[in-house]
Amino acid sequence: MKFTLSWLKDHLDTEASATEVVAAMTMAGLEVEHVTDPATKLAAFTVAKVVSAEPHPNADRLRVCQVDTVDGRKEIVCGAPNARAGLTTVYAPIGAYVPGLGVTLVEKPVRGVVSNGMLCSGSELEADDGAEGILELSDDLAVGTPASQALGLEAVIDFEVTPNRPDWLGVAGIARDLAAAGVGTLKDPSIAPVPGTFPCPIAITVDGDACPVFSGRFIRGVKNGPSPKWLADRLKAIGLRPINTLVDITNLITYDRARPLHVYDAAKLVGATITARLGHHGVHGDEHLIALDGKTYEATPEMSVISDADGERPIGLGGVMGGESTGCSDATVDVFLESAWFDPIRTAQTGRVTGINSDAQYRFARTVDTGSLVPGLELATRLILELCGGEPSDVVVAGQAPAAPGPILFDPAYVKALSGLDIAPERSLKILADLGFAIAPPQGLPAAEFATHVESVVSVTPPTFRRDVDGKADLVEEVARIAGYAALPSTPLPEVARAVGGVLTPRQARARVARRALAAAGYNEVVSWSFTSTGAATLFGGGAAELVLANPIASDLDCMRPSILPNLIEAAGRNARRGFPDVALFEIGPVFHGDRPQDQKTTIAAVLAPHAPRGWDKAPAEDLFSVKADLIALLEELGAPVASLQTAQGSASSWWHPGRSARLQLGPKAVLAEFGELHPAVLKALDVAGPIYGFEIVLEAIPEPKKKAVKTKPAFAPSPLMPLTRDFAFVTDKAKPAGDLVKAAAGADKALITAARVFDVYEGPGVPDGAKSIALEVVVQPRDKTLTEAEIEALSAKVVAAVEKAGGKLRS
Amino acid sequence: MTDLTTLEADVLAQVAAAGDLAALDAVRVSALGKTGSISGLLKTLGAMSPDERKERGAAINVLRDRAQTALNDKKAALETAALDARLASETLDLTLPAPYRRKGSVHPTMQTMDEMVAIFAEMGFAVAEGPDIEDDFHNFTALNFPPKHPAREMHDTFFFNPKEDGERMLLRTHTSPVQVRTMLSQKPPIRIIAPGRTYRMDSDATHTPMFHQVEGLVIDKGIHMGHLKWTLETFLARFFESDTVTTQFRPHHFPFTEPSAETDVQCDRSGGEIKIGQGTSWLEILGCGMVHPNVLRACGIDPDEYQGFAFGMGVDRLGMLKYGMPDLRDMFASDGRWLAHYGFSAFAAPNAASGLS
Repeated sequence: MKFTLSWLKDHLDTEASATEVVAAMTMAGLEVEHVTDPATKLAAFTVAKVVSAEPHPNADRLRVCQVDTVDGRKEIVCGAPNARAGLTTVYAPIGAYVPGLGVTLVEKPVRGVVSNGMLCSGSELEADDGAEGILELSDDLAVGTPASQALGLEAVIDFEVTPNRPDWLGVAGIARDLAAAGVGTLKDPSIAPVPGTFPCPIAITVDGDACPVFSGRFIRGVKNGPSPKWLADRLKAIGLRPINTLVDITNLITYDRARPLHVYDAAKLVGATITARLGHHGVHGDEHLIALDGKTYEATPEMSVISDADGERPIGLGGVMGGESTGCSDATVDVFLESAWFDPIRTAQTGRVTGINSDAQYRFARTVDTGSLVPGLELATRLILELCGGEPSDVVVAGQAPAAPGPILFDPAYVKALSGLDIAPERSLKILADLGFAIAPPQGLPAAEFATHVESVVSVTPPTFRRDVDGKADLVEEVARIAGYAALPSTPLPEVARAVGGVLTPRQARARVARRALAAAGYNEVVSWSFTSTGAATLFGGGAAELVLANPIASDLDCMRPSILPNLIEAAGRNARRGFPDVALFEIGPVFHGDRPQDQKTTIAAVLAPHAPRGWDKAPAEDLFSVKADLIALLEELGAPVASLQTAQGSASSWWHPGRSARLQLGPKAVLAEFGELHPAVLKALDVAGPIYGFEIVLEAIPEPKKKAVKTKPAFAPSPLMPLTRDFAFVTDKAKPAGDLVKAAAGADKALITAARVFDVYEGPGVPDGAKSIALEVVVQPRDKTLTEAEIEALSAKVVAAVEKAGGKLRS
Repeated sequence: MTDLTTLEADVLAQVAAAGDLAALDAVRVSALGKTGSISGLLKTLGAMSPDERKERGAAINVLRDRAQTALNDKKAALETAALDARLASETLDLTLPAPYRRKGSVHPTMQTMDEMVAIFAEMGFAVAEGPDIEDDFHNFTALNFPPKHPAREMHDTFFFNPKEDGERMLLRTHTSPVQVRTMLSQKPPIRIIAPGRTYRMDSDATHTPMFHQVEGLVIDKGIHMGHLKWTLETFLARFFESDTVTTQFRPHHFPFTEPSAETDVQCDRSGGEIKIGQGTSWLEILGCGMVHPNVLRACGIDPDEYQGFAFGMGVDRLGMLKYGMPDLRDMFASDGRWLAHYGFSAFAAPNAASGLS
């Protein structure tokens, strides 16, 4: 919303500058977005008088003028045809920035004659008057008068109003707050009623639902036409287009008092009754209305419709926009003036459905003051009689306004308790009174209730234009913002005992460790959308209807992701298309398997698209086992029971390469992670080149560490004896997982064997077709004595027996 | 004695002439071996008279020691020469590059969030979390948004399709539902922050459909706006790592707080970048206020016994302000070059001892 300083001064007696008003508005809670101040913009421009204008010696169209200016008499070259002796106009000195031209004036000869400044047109000052040539001003303006003043230009303040303060959608409401804040004195906003001279010939009926209360009056014999200059200028200054006097008056009051009105051309009304009712839905669908904007709207049964012809013909959408059929024109002679009150929720909904965001709709949707119903009508009457003449009827009111706000019991000491501001009770109550609140002793209270309150408790009743205030905390805000938040104390929070061992839950702490560990391992962390496309979600086991957005921002972001992997894969693809195919990315974030809180999990996902630069050392390329190493290291860092994890080969989800993926699990129901090479068909569907390796850990699936009373670690008990190693080679079926043999070997003697490691896998001559040879190094740690050869032989036999049981035959 | 002198000269000459360790060992054997020349002389001592043995023995021992020393020295010299020759053959071109190693990084939003958590943890705040998919009660109704109120429209909410029973789930528009869940499940005193993803249907250089918030909530007896001001001033000074952060509290409106405020920090906008802690401009940083009595009531807390404050701030936006990222959309674009440029070291975990980043 916008207003000008002079408009504000209609309601507020103040000497404050635009800057001071803006500062006060800001601290009262009005967010000022922009101030256009011509006095600043045109500071260099002043009124001047042309003394003489002689033809330029070297150019037919130019004149050389002698001009009396604020800087004395100047010789100025001017090309305007209206440059003539005796003209009062505007002068710009050398060095002035001319906003309409976007140039700064420099002293330079014009066809051989030096011009010591410039005489300006309206458009050059961005104050277009539509006229040709330089400005022609009133001769009684003194030389040196600021151009902004001479042109009647003034500061326009553009600001935003929060939805709780519809009273700020009128200049008078802002004046009230500024007066309370000490910026000036509020002028009496009351309006003397204009008595009617005849009964209103139009009857009004309301159903209480479509419109709770509706007032109106008939004014006959008006003369409509273009508005006087002051009214047109006032509307133009805030960006409104003048239409005709009757309409302009309603627009003025909309912005002046936050009170929308409507005028009907009475000659175009059918019948003698205006009915406010809900829209009709007939056999041919909803009824239609051609509104003042020329567009046709469907009036649904949820909308408030103003109708004539015994309720048959829609002539307006109540509180939103009037109909074209009964609009006022220059030919209008008799009018019916409407001042009604429409329900905020209904009006807001009508605005959404129709897409109409008119000044009236905006205000009714935010609650118009019920107290301004008849006063608004009277103010409009007064202005119509003044500007258009005519004769008013009596005022008719139909329906009942919603009840006025009730009293709030208020202890001024609560101001300090809630805000910390030390404000005397008298000052608090004065602020509330200045804002229009009625203060009274808490009389009429039931005795029992009164006894529970201290003496200082008063009864505060909000005015009808402050329905946002309905409790004592609201009253504290009123006092605090007018007294000024700048005075808020800075009070340290009371010390509280620190959480022993940090404030993070184990899961939160693990996410933090995972982030740092993966970054240290060479992965770049990304944050990608929680959404993906339904198509991609379906590839990764998601896409359920309950996770598809009804109003996505884009069609490829329409579904909550079931996995982070599709986002990472697509990111790898985007990087590759930019010429950077080598990526290692990870993300820690939510995935969604349903729309209930327990269906949301946190996963840690990473992908590796290995395209490392070629090396001179012929080192083998990274492969799936690089990712496995990173995954295992990370799980160890997170405290997962890595030694107990089963690698369930071939049981991972469908988006993995079936032969190159596995689950890491404690059991089939306790899957901690999946890893592998992404399925080529999935990559193709996502239009990303492979191979891409990756993993995804479900953070919640990692068992929480046991809580211990102390952090003491078990005693360090190194064996004094040297470990020894024995090598074995086993032949087994080609499809047999090596892990089975390793597990068997390691388990052959849990007391002595500390590790079993694969150091060779071989297929080829010497090994039968369809079989492979796996070489294991078994590490033996003697415990209390050195092992004898016989004991070592016995242990070896146990290893061979265990592995043979698992399907591996000792290679001879 | 002449024979000894001659022998010494002869042995030393052979030592000097030995070209490698094998030749040197042959010299050692010929002089000091079992049948060596010097060993042979020592064997003659047994047949001598005591006086003769004393004189002759000393001379032979001197000869033997000299020969041994010469052999040792020569052996050391030959070994050094052999090592030098081997090392010379083992030269590596160290201007060749080391094996390629990727450099990982932490995302700036997550670094910023870790910083915020670290600062608030120091002030005694725990970290609360909740679901991203919420219901109307937790996201709006419990937070004092009247049904169909225009304030709801301002939230540009993402909705899911209505269920058969008419319930319509949504993506939380702020992390305030976590405050509601916390108040419903814990008794005061409460002191938490709620970091997380939030969603609004919006997209331009300063708005993305998903972004991150950290909200704070303190509920206790006797908590007032002065505590809120101190908390935010303390946080902002620590976050921007400056002694001179100046704040301004302006009245504002949020349905869930009363009184409500927006907090600005003083900054300098000249020269294209925003410098916090200097200059004369104000920059809006966050919204805050005293928790509305209706919110407390909706969460089962008696507003006449307990009161408190809440605040909320954009993590991505504060990260951008602190670290100079110009466009919010880039934060979620996963461009490897951007991540390398704006990302943080794995070892820059914020802590009180070494600082925030």
